[in-house]
Amino acid sequence: MLEFLNQIINGLSLGSIYALVALGYTMVYGIIRLINFAHGEIYMFGAFAGMLAITVLRLPFFLALIFAMVVSALLGVVIERVAYKPLRKSTKTAALITAIGISFLLQNVTAMVMGNNTSAFPQVFDQKVYDLGGIRINSLQILIFGVTIVLMFLLQFIVLKTKLGRAMRAVAVDKDASVLMGVNVDNTITITFAIGSALAAAAGVLIGLYHIRVVFWMGTAPGLKAFVAAVFGGIGSIPGAMIGGFAIGLMEALVAGYGGTMWSPYRDAVVYLLLIIVLLVKPSGLLGKNVKEKV
Amino acid sequence: MSLLQIEKLTRNFGGLSAVSNVSLAVEEHELVGLIGPNGAGKTTLFNVLTGVYTPSSGRVMFQKGDKSIELSKLPPYKITRMGVARTFQNIRLFKELSVLDNVKIAMNHEARYGLFGALFRIGQYFKSEALIEEKAHAFLKEVNLDELAETKAKNLPYGKQRQLEIARALATGAKLLFLDEPAAGMNPQETHALTSFIKEIKEKMNLTIVLIEHDMSLVMEICERIFVLDYGKLIASGTPDEIKNNPRVIEAYLGDEVEL
Repeated sequence: MLEFLNQIINGLSLGSIYALVALGYTMVYGIIRLINFAHGEIYMFGAFAGMLAITVLRLPFFLALIFAMVVSALLGVVIERVAYKPLRKSTKTAALITAIGISFLLQNVTAMVMGNNTSAFPQVFDQKVYDLGGIRINSLQILIFGVTIVLMFLLQFIVLKTKLGRAMRAVAVDKDASVLMGVNVDNTITITFAIGSALAAAAGVLIGLYHIRVVFWMGTAPGLKAFVAAVFGGIGSIPGAMIGGFAIGLMEALVAGYGGTMWSPYRDAVVYLLLIIVLLVKPSGLLGKNVKEKV
Repeated sequence: MSLLQIEKLTRNFGGLSAVSNVSLAVEEHELVGLIGPNGAGKTTLFNVLTGVYTPSSGRVMFQKGDKSIELSKLPPYKITRMGVARTFQNIRLFKELSVLDNVKIAMNHEARYGLFGALFRIGQYFKSEALIEEKAHAFLKEVNLDELAETKAKNLPYGKQRQLEIARALATGAKLLFLDEPAAGMNPQETHALTSFIKEIKEKMNLTIVLIEHDMSLVMEICERIFVLDYGKLIASGTPDEIKNNPRVIEAYLGDEVEL
């Protein structure tokens, strides 16, 4: 039982990371129906930005976190304006392939500038392990979970209670009608990219802090798993991405903890197996809407 | 100066002129009809006027206060903010959102705060949102939809959806309203209710309305003037009585079972 609770705690902190990244996938998909495969690289970029903010700019951790979020939001906006906006009227495949291209570009530029090897992420907090009658909680896990929850509340506030959120929801339903109601669709899409990128960057900084290192390929696997999380929860649905992220994190932690030597090496495979099952059984995901594409 | 002045407007699609050299003017506080057989270019004309399409040639002038504005040079969302709004042939409400949110979106551009304002200047944000909320409710009361404010748009009965679409267009602050087949798919009772609704809001909010409609009883009853399009060209304009007896209009409609 104690072991189970410990794995739940591991799963929740890992799931926080997936959920933050999954939110960006789902928001961008919701508004322009694009799977932004460069999203994992924004997460990586955010981790580097946070690392540099602490080591070079000597910012305290929370300022470094905000700095990384702002810089990554700008990167997301630049990518959207330069790479995706000109393709908005072309086929979806064109934008998708561009996204994959951007992903490689960001990885390679980072490798060129920062080197191929892992860089150390400074340990700004002393890691403490609290022992609550056998349940071990790492102080960083609390930080990760706490920051994630705060960001999720902020996101829900923006989406449900502000005019920007209203515009985002309107554009997601009907772009053309939104324009004719006076909504600036281009700006709304840009803000969506900015918010999604900022969330991914936060996840990147948190994971950098947790794993004490950053490297140019670090976005690939979490990016894919966060994508699985978004599909699992129902792509386009914000609560779906949150639930999906935590679900994938928990599943991974449980497989790692209980799989023994036989199964735990295959914890990634289990996640992708889940994706296959979801696509077969409920292609629209947990909270997704079953909408037929209009021809 | 007319409120809306269309000057030699043409819109081509490949070799086809969907709107061809159309000039017409609409005066303030007028209710005019735009009729013509299917494919005559009525909806295309609406799309050019609201900025969805750019004109191939010609221009659209709109009188706002003392200023004369060339609408055909503005992006669609700015045209809306000038006070020009429309409804659609097929209803295009934000179906998953509440009636109230549909109206609030149309009022969005009046909210004076940005992303950082919402996060860091909470006072300003709450004031602005409360104002919009109040305005949206007051507005829904005027169009008799306030008791349905929290209902999702997709759950409204058909006639109410049409009404909400008009209300949403008005909520943008429109003074000039384009209605694209507002009575489409309605039974005679619903059409009757819609007719009085249009008359009522026109007087109440001092609107200028241009409507496309196939239901001739509605057009003849409420329109003060009528423009007739055929194959993209303006073939006639005048009062309902003049249009009824115009030989070119009768010819254009020949074969259609429309009683003029």
